Amino acid sequence: MTSTTASLPLATAAVTSARASPWRRRGVGLLLAWPFPLAVLLLWQLGAQFEWIPPQILPAPLVVAQTFSDLWATGELQDHLLISLARVLYGFSLGTGLGLLLGVSMGLSPVVKDYLYPTFRVFAQVPSLGWLPLLMMLVGIDEALKIILIAKAAFVPVTMNTYNGLRNVPTSLIEVSKVFRFTRWQLLRHVVFPAAFPTLWTGIRYGLTHAWLALVAVELLASSEGLGFLIVYGRQLFQLDVVLTAVVVVGAVGFALDKVLALVEGRLLRWRREAF
Amino acid sequence: MNPTVRTVLRGAALPALLLGTWWAAFRFGWTDTKLFVPPSEVWHTAVRLAENGYLWTSLQASLGRFLAGFVIGSIAGTVVGTALGLSRRFEQLIGPSLHTVKQVSLLAWIPLISVWFGLGDPAKIAFLSLAAFFPVTLNTFEGIRSVPRDLTEVARVFAFSRAQLLRHVVLPAALPSIFTGIYLGLLYAWLATLGAEYLLTSGKGIGNLLTDGREHFWMDQVLLGVVIVGLVGFAINLVATRLEARTLAWRGRSTAQF
Repeated sequence: MTSTTASLPLATAAVTSARASPWRRRGVGLLLAWPFPLAVLLLWQLGAQFEWIPPQILPAPLVVAQTFSDLWATGELQDHLLISLARVLYGFSLGTGLGLLLGVSMGLSPVVKDYLYPTFRVFAQVPSLGWLPLLMMLVGIDEALKIILIAKAAFVPVTMNTYNGLRNVPTSLIEVSKVFRFTRWQLLRHVVFPAAFPTLWTGIRYGLTHAWLALVAVELLASSEGLGFLIVYGRQLFQLDVVLTAVVVVGAVGFALDKVLALVEGRLLRWRREAF
Repeated sequence: MNPTVRTVLRGAALPALLLGTWWAAFRFGWTDTKLFVPPSEVWHTAVRLAENGYLWTSLQASLGRFLAGFVIGSIAGTVVGTALGLSRRFEQLIGPSLHTVKQVSLLAWIPLISVWFGLGDPAKIAFLSLAAFFPVTLNTFEGIRSVPRDLTEVARVFAFSRAQLLRHVVLPAALPSIFTGIYLGLLYAWLATLGAEYLLTSGKGIGNLLTDGREHFWMDQVLLGVVIVGLVGFAINLVATRLEARTLAWRGRSTAQF
């Protein structure tokens, strides 16, 4: 479960070079980001125009854009989107809540850790999709199934990172606070949690990413509404424009969710810096 | 009591409790649904399916796909990641697009892939490669980009050629990060194997064993499937950590010399 380094995107890419000013480099970077996707889009559109690729296999980007605005105008897209978002919100809150609880108790108490950690590891080892058929038999294919699976997906990384974050607080910090005769509460409040916070927050971000992934999975497999269902539906009718529209929305929402948490992180960490 | 023994005993307490409850529920008839099967039945099913070969052919099919997809995806990922890490221009051109595409949930690709590649093995392998590709690419890139400048400067002082620089400085320094990517790629690819088998329901595999059990209400087969999925995941994990420890063993030694 060392997923911490997986997609912390390009933090290192921002390494500044000594020569150009950061603003100028940023501008160049933004400009250079466009040619490749634009070329792909152009090629794709041309391919559709000259019928290199049959439209059943790959509809033209303009067709997809048209489908997008049609679905949006009828409100169908928003309906599916809202349903999916609500599911993710419930599942993610449940999973994160439980994960924080378990992670904190295992991180702070070696006894609790001894009792629960091995079982947790085994539980985490089976991917969410492995639990799916079992859950389908136990709770049916209703809303409960989706919420449970999404909660499980968020639960594992949150627990893992919370536990690791708390356990890896540098001993030097704890020793210093002992010198200052901190009470246990002061130690937790002013040393342990601030030190563990970045790791913990990474866990929450991963939890959200995994929750979104799990949502699409359950909706693809067992659902009659939501973005995943829209994909299945489009696929069954061989309307790839609908599929692509839904895929784009899925990607955009995943991106936005992660961005929101990154922004919150920036805020919280700024507060942390000011407090010290 | 010996502390290690105590730790192991404590760790075993919860599973033992669960297993005991499961057995007792069956033994004392607390429930009579058909869905509730005793542990022994799962074992009998395991033996039966192992004897008639169904278990092995499923496992073999899944693992074969898993390996093929993983190898293709991780090789492509290492190549693209290295290119991104070495050339800032390339990174500026391709990087943002890659990061945008990465945001699409993995499984959302399946319907598209099924239209492009059909429902058979090529589609599944393509999907698995995609699953392994992203973590490997990103970690390779990050590993190479974060090679300490001091190291490359020393290499320049020694007038290393570009190939020498790559071979003796950049790759060894980036290796731990590349391994993290490969490790994640393994995990994702296994997850994707299941996803592909659920959604592209053709052929054999552990995923099909699971869905098959569910459709027929064979709880024993479903439980067996879950156990196997967990065991395979565990084995993959074990192999990956072993390999990493072995490949990176030189690191411990070489730093100890100085």
